[in-house]
Amino acid sequence: MPDLRIPVSDRDHILGSPDATIELVEYGDYQCPYCGAAYPIVKRIQDELGSRLKFVFRNFPLRKIHPQALMAAVASEAASLQGKYWEMHDMLFENQKRLNYSSIINYAEHLGLDIIRFKLDVADINLEKKALSDFESGLRSGVNATPTFFVNGNKYLQDWKAPEFIQFLEQAK
Amino acid sequence: MLQPGMIAPDFTLSASLGESFTLSQNRGKRLVLAFYPADWSPVCSDQMTFYNEMLDYFTDQRATLVGISVDGKWCHAAFSNDRKLDFPLLADFEPKGAVSRTYEVYDEEAGESKRALYVIDENGIIRWSYLSPVDVNPGAAGILQALDDMNNVTQ
Repeated sequence: MPDLRIPVSDRDHILGSPDATIELVEYGDYQCPYCGAAYPIVKRIQDELGSRLKFVFRNFPLRKIHPQALMAAVASEAASLQGKYWEMHDMLFENQKRLNYSSIINYAEHLGLDIIRFKLDVADINLEKKALSDFESGLRSGVNATPTFFVNGNKYLQDWKAPEFIQFLEQAK
Repeated sequence: MLQPGMIAPDFTLSASLGESFTLSQNRGKRLVLAFYPADWSPVCSDQMTFYNEMLDYFTDQRATLVGISVDGKWCHAAFSNDRKLDFPLLADFEPKGAVSRTYEVYDEEAGESKRALYVIDENGIIRWSYLSPVDVNPGAAGILQALDDMNNVTQ
């Protein structure tokens, strides 16, 4: 059985070709500084692997130590409803020290979102449930910190900060 | 380590959130005992901080979590307060490591508990145990699986 208990499906946010042979799944938290440090590394991996890679981000907000993480995750889901998921994802990580409500509204404005609709969606309990829906699958898949990465369904146990990460991905089958 | 099927040895230890914790006074509850080396490991990788984020998932399975290390009760209180932990930490402090020794998870050389997990059922029987490498946060996958397996047997 692969480590990743819930396989990637169309309910995930997927960046890259569905036919890509290398699948990288990150369980992450927008307020976590380690996830912030992983963000440019993932960008570089995406640049280097191009169409061979599909990247999936699943929310794993650690709400007690990162009180703004859940709202940020909900904001990304709200942006997704207006077709701007990855734009908001990038905006949140690039500004992860400012994730209060007014900052998030500013980011939505900057992305040209319909703000009235965005505010309603951010307050929607169902969207909050969606933002939390990956948490249990993460726990059961062995997520024990943020970020945790899975490569083609298997948990990556080595140091994702090391250059070996991209070499490992290149050889993934 | 003590093996599944054995009776969990009884103990009483002082607790960070109350006066004391006695295993045998918790019959009827499922217990998760998380032995760990020391308070104050780095926050983002800390096992206790991580478990604190997911207590609801243990509660949903009718399980109560306690952390156990050889740190004293004042150290536990400070650590628990700093990390805002919502579950008790037990002080295996005097005589040092006695409960950890009984559960066969004491590291004599380090003078600390090993990183180890026990899941105990409503009747005080050990149902699952796991020894983790000391530098690896074992997460919760094994605990949740053990609790699931107990549901399946009970039904």
